Amino acid sequence: MALRQIRIGRVLAYVAALVLSAFILAPIYLITISAFSGFDAVYDYPKNLVPSDLTMESMNIFLDSEGVTDSLLRSVYVAAITIIVCLAIGTPAGYALARFTFRGANPFQLALVSTRAFPLIIIAIPLAVTYLRVGIDDTVLGVALAHVAFTLPLTVLVTASVFAGISYELEEAAMTLGCNRLSAFRRVALPLALPGVAASSIFVFVTSWNEVFAAALLTLRERTLPAQMLAALDTSPLPYRLAGGFFLLAPALVVIFFIRKYLLTTWGKVAR
Amino acid sequence: MSEIRFEAVRKSFGKFHAVDGVDLDVKDREFVVLLGPSGCGKTTLLRCLAGLERVDGGRVYIGDRDATDLPPRRRRIAMVFQSYAVFPHMKVYDNIAFGLRMQKERKPVVDERVRSSAGLLHIEELLDRYSSQLSGGQRQRVAVARAIATKADVLLMDEPLSNLDALLRLEMRAELKALLQSLDATTIYVTHDQIEALSMGDRIAVMNQGRIVQLGNPLEVYDNPADTFVGGFIGNPPMNFLEAEVSVNGGSSVAKLSGGSFELTGGTAALAGHNLLLGIRAEAIGVETAPADGLVRATVIVLEPLGSHNLLTVRCGEDILKVSIQPDLFPLAESDVWLRLEPARIRWMDRDTGVAIHTGTEEFATQTAVITS
Repeated sequence: MALRQIRIGRVLAYVAALVLSAFILAPIYLITISAFSGFDAVYDYPKNLVPSDLTMESMNIFLDSEGVTDSLLRSVYVAAITIIVCLAIGTPAGYALARFTFRGANPFQLALVSTRAFPLIIIAIPLAVTYLRVGIDDTVLGVALAHVAFTLPLTVLVTASVFAGISYELEEAAMTLGCNRLSAFRRVALPLALPGVAASSIFVFVTSWNEVFAAALLTLRERTLPAQMLAALDTSPLPYRLAGGFFLLAPALVVIFFIRKYLLTTWGKVAR
Repeated sequence: MSEIRFEAVRKSFGKFHAVDGVDLDVKDREFVVLLGPSGCGKTTLLRCLAGLERVDGGRVYIGDRDATDLPPRRRRIAMVFQSYAVFPHMKVYDNIAFGLRMQKERKPVVDERVRSSAGLLHIEELLDRYSSQLSGGQRQRVAVARAIATKADVLLMDEPLSNLDALLRLEMRAELKALLQSLDATTIYVTHDQIEALSMGDRIAVMNQGRIVQLGNPLEVYDNPADTFVGGFIGNPPMNFLEAEVSVNGGSSVAKLSGGSFELTGGTAALAGHNLLLGIRAEAIGVETAPADGLVRATVIVLEPLGSHNLLTVRCGEDILKVSIQPDLFPLAESDVWLRLEPARIRWMDRDTGVAIHTGTEEFATQTAVITS
């Protein structure tokens, strides 16, 4: 009887997992096959779930469209700058939060979380005005800085929890074995934190890559890919949009695919 | 040469005085155990020596150098942590080689030392593994091998055996002692386990509330505790303490307990003017089954046979005592026995301060026979 219940429970768990996976994967699949289908197939209804002919037709149209390759490159730059700045500031800040007890550590953490509560709409106008005054409107750097502002607080919190999970005794052991604070961090804490840091940089990348509001607001000519697509959305054909959707989707998936072993495992097992 | 000297070392955490004025001299190549209950400051003192904590006052000398303000890496120490702190992202080989590489030793030297250290700890076959693939006992061996690989002057051990299961701890204790005897390092060893302290140390520093309350060789500390804390902390069972009064009439003195009185031989002059506690070890009490002169009556509460001896819990007047008796004697519960409190084995304490009072006529156990090769 009990065995049967366990079996039923297991079946239900698998069904739930399948449903969840389908919920995520179905749109991804549809966008992908549409992006690589011919023009006619895109407009087919009902959809053919197994693509009959794979072509680069839509893709080529999308990539040849005006401004697309430039904005694609810009998106890469913006994401790269965002990740570098986030890690350069966020990792030490997270380390400090995890390792040192200092006055105001808790309010600081609260303040970090509360930045997520601000609706972007409210700060949009002041932000644009400030950018105009400083003179970084319509620049790759400007967009990247805005993205840093969105992602840095969570980077700090995530890396703080990653470092908090690494025993300080490991660094102390390194110090008794000839390291100073910095080299103990570099040789022991940092390698152990790498999976967590990688995870948070994926988050930063995906956020920056897909972010459209600030990018559209702060740029006119120097648009990133989402901003470019937003601008062209109502004037472009469906294949263009699907190909663009694929381009927004694919890099994140590829990055996660290659980095996933760092997400799940470290050196044979979970870092402890 | 690596003597260690603490001079009036103090360390506080907020209002808590973890180490409260410690003076301690450790000789070159000596093995000193810091023993005390948790929170007594022993680990903090060790960390002050390692340079992992900054002292709030006093000086720390290692060898002939004032190490008070030196960072850990300049103190020529090595440390074994309670959690072992084996680096999870490195193989055992690289763990042991870590300190040597930091010292920029040449590759063949590193290799030779890693292999010889691993050999001493019998972990040669584990060099290619990660720490997650090791058992607790193996990790402990890696931590020790890593510490001895650099041939540091001073070896610090912070409860290295406390995370092992009982059987392994027993095995490792003897092995570690033998290993440390073969090295030239001065060793400071922190433990809360009095058996470990008694069995391993050349000298034991018993700590309580941030202070060293007694420093001496294991037998001294066991047999002649400086105060009621040491007597109660060291030994299993702890020393018995009974409230007592000593009265002198004519030439003889009589000790009066709540359960009876008996005549004292030996001097009692030093006891005058103190509220007294009579301290006596469980094995220093003789047990008779019939009344006689100088014996005190007691009632058996419970008998615990322990194989090598039987442990008896008895009530004597208002006091409860632990008595160890020979393994073939089985007094029934609620039966009466008669206790012989050997005057020379009694350790008198001041009831108010807890400090030992010496009468000058105690018999102390001594290490008489030392066999040298």
